[in-house]
Amino acid sequence: MTLQDKVALVTGGSRGIGRAICTRLAAMGALVGINYVSNPTAAQETLDLLEAQGGRGFLCPFNVSDFAATQTAVKSIISDHGRLDVLVNNAGITRDGLMAMMKEPHWDDVLDTNLKGAFSCSKAAMRSMLKKRWGRIINISSVIGFVGNGGQVNYGAAKAGLVGLTKSMARELAGRNVTVNCVAPGYIVTDMTEELAEDVQQAIKAQVPLNRLGSAEDVAAAVAFLASADAEYITGQTLHVNGGMYMGN
Amino acid sequence: MAVEAKMIDIIVEQLSVDKEKVVPAASFVDDLGADSLDLVELIMAMEEEFDVEIPDEEAEKITTVQNAIDFVAKIQE
Repeated sequence: MTLQDKVALVTGGSRGIGRAICTRLAAMGALVGINYVSNPTAAQETLDLLEAQGGRGFLCPFNVSDFAATQTAVKSIISDHGRLDVLVNNAGITRDGLMAMMKEPHWDDVLDTNLKGAFSCSKAAMRSMLKKRWGRIINISSVIGFVGNGGQVNYGAAKAGLVGLTKSMARELAGRNVTVNCVAPGYIVTDMTEELAEDVQQAIKAQVPLNRLGSAEDVAAAVAFLASADAEYITGQTLHVNGGMYMGN
Repeated sequence: MAVEAKMIDIIVEQLSVDKEKVVPAASFVDDLGADSLDLVELIMAMEEEFDVEIPDEEAEKITTVQNAIDFVAKIQE
């Protein structure tokens, strides 16, 4: 599986799952744009990490929830590097709370980053992909979009929304050999899940047939496959990476 | 004139149609067989060739060869 001479952009690439995706795509030979918004130190660490393993990357700070900023930033990536072949819409935030108490901005912030951000980045990135008659867009959904979770109506809606976005985009772009797929992680060890109390983590493990939380690398491996030439006949699909905790589709 | 000749070349290339069919009144969709993605790509090619930015709402109005020529001529004035 190689991405030699390809350019990739991973939103929310500074930490967690995004960082693992960046290093994996770089290991496949892609030049990887590491998008981040709030943590330049972590983004630089990701860049150092992929360079240390012989990969190539660059930093691209912009907020995916800002449509105009996203268009400008993605266009400049395309003009600087001549192309953008792989887009991984990974940037995501949580603003958890029971619906009865949820404030409107908490709904809007999560939808704007997790769902609209994917639309905005894809809209800008597809221009290069259409022209090259080759492209891969991979949206990072979540098992929560499929099974729901109390306290996460905003997150669940956004993550389920990504699946619908994926299917319609897949149909629009299929004629130009651009595939669009989702990866839906289950519970993965990241900063986001490490915040959970020990008993909550135990309760999660009890729901997972493989009896462990996943790693960011487990998710990155699924992304790597969908980005590769091997996955050329797969579009509009969701690949679940969840240790078996949800087996529907 | 330069714009017109260049535009016809772009259309011939993007839509893979015969030059004779690319007359001013020709509609991209009805006469030249373009689908909606072809139109998007045509707009992208125009932007590149003429070094202009065509906003989505303007792009929607470009449906014929003449529209396209007029648009570029206007923006280059």
